[in-house]
Amino acid sequence: MLRIPCPCCGPRDETEFVYGGESHIARPAGAASDRSWTDYLYVRRNVKGIFYERWQHARGCRQWFNVARDNVTHEIRGVYRMDESRPVFDDGGERL
Amino acid sequence: MDGRAIPATLPLASMTNNKYSIGSIIRHAFRGHRDWPPAWRTPAPRSSYDVIVIGGGGHGLATAYFLARNHGIRNVAVLERGWIGGGNSGRNTQVVRSNYFYKSSVDFFEHSLRLYERLSDTLNFNLMLSQRGIMTLAHSRHDLEANRRWANAIQLNGVDSEILSRADVKRIEPLINLDARFPVYGGFIQWRGGIVRHDAVNWGLARAASALGVDIVQNCPVSGFEMRDGRITGVATPHGVLRADRFALCVAGHSSVLAAKAGLRLPIVSMGLQAMVTEPVKPMLKTVTLSPAVHVYTSQSDRGEIVIGGGADLYSSYAQRGSLPVIEDNAAAAVELFPAVARLKLMRHWAGIVDISPDTSPIMGKTPVENLYINCGWGTGGFKAIPAGGDTLAYTIANDRPHPLIAPFALDRFERGALIDEGAAAGVAH
Repeated sequence: MLRIPCPCCGPRDETEFVYGGESHIARPAGAASDRSWTDYLYVRRNVKGIFYERWQHARGCRQWFNVARDNVTHEIRGVYRMDESRPVFDDGGERL
Repeated sequence: MDGRAIPATLPLASMTNNKYSIGSIIRHAFRGHRDWPPAWRTPAPRSSYDVIVIGGGGHGLATAYFLARNHGIRNVAVLERGWIGGGNSGRNTQVVRSNYFYKSSVDFFEHSLRLYERLSDTLNFNLMLSQRGIMTLAHSRHDLEANRRWANAIQLNGVDSEILSRADVKRIEPLINLDARFPVYGGFIQWRGGIVRHDAVNWGLARAASALGVDIVQNCPVSGFEMRDGRITGVATPHGVLRADRFALCVAGHSSVLAAKAGLRLPIVSMGLQAMVTEPVKPMLKTVTLSPAVHVYTSQSDRGEIVIGGGADLYSSYAQRGSLPVIEDNAAAAVELFPAVARLKLMRHWAGIVDISPDTSPIMGKTPVENLYINCGWGTGGFKAIPAGGDTLAYTIANDRPHPLIAPFALDRFERGALIDEGAAAGVAH
């Protein structure tokens, strides 16, 4: 069970939240190539380690926000607003 | 393996002569079963091979086996970061079936089921294939209509399926609760679907591949690629850099991690998929029973355990363990469908990391890296595809062109918009 610290409501069980997938995927501007549309729609970094992802507190305040979570230990390293850039960690966060 | 030193150069003849039969059991009985040889060799890796297969799961082993058996390419190594059977090929629910919707999927998975039907003989290893039927339940009139469309599509693609009434379902599984919270309206069944003992698949393939000369190297994680002019020349391992002409990536949930090291980005997300078994009981369930609506499926293993599976934990994970709410949901649905299991204790539960593609269909074949071939994107259903995945990837590697059965599943289908959306068509559960 993840305990996710909602920025508005505090820590709640994962069952109150809806997952929004990988964060910081920018929609290509203007007339984009097939390649960049493919990247946008389908290709994911899917890294092992610190994973930047979106969650919505669907059964609470209904706010969307970003989470930086270690997807091996499930430790939540940071919570930040949708319009903030991703926090960087000293240990890099990536695993093999 | 009991730690005895096994000579790396054990003659192949001595391996292949160890045919499993009633005769060999009797012979070994006279020696107290003390000197059964290991099922496969454990050689130190050589510095170079024709083909290196990364990942010693079912798909990696099958790829190596079919390279050696069908294409005469025997100078092959399989590199496994853990132990054979320790990853997803030991963490699945052993279901086999070919009841998909689109022709390209049915053709591929039916090829796999047909290979499974012969594999015990060809491997000389009893895989305990049990074609007990896989029954899909409908819980509403709309489910019934969708099931009819699905079952008819399967028949049109030349595979067996039979539409079932509510009474048929009860006759096949007498212990089912038709008046569950979401009542059972009927369903359909593929009788040739069923279960296969998953450990036997891994061990049988490893043994047969090893006997043909394939080196299986366990505890050998690949930490990176050595590349030159857009080609891979070697892989970095604890045994140093191992070189080969061609490389196959068969690492399921870790596909994105390793592909990134070769400069390749994939349309894959990795999530945990859980399953669990109860304590063993006398035979009580006949088929594999699947309810897409409440998202649970059950079967009874030959050891008597009730195997319960459901959907993935729907967030990124490389943790090989799942969370309790999903276990609770799966157990609740199983108890509602089969109230008799309510008082059974759960004995074990586990999770594997599954590689989910955008259209829930596999990604197979060539990649933008010239000599790297890929086998991934199986999501929650890779086990059933092991023989065909290995057969078709071996063909693709040996001929450097996609096997016709996997041409539709190429990595570039996403850029071409040629998705094979079984998630929508056959309700593939992710």
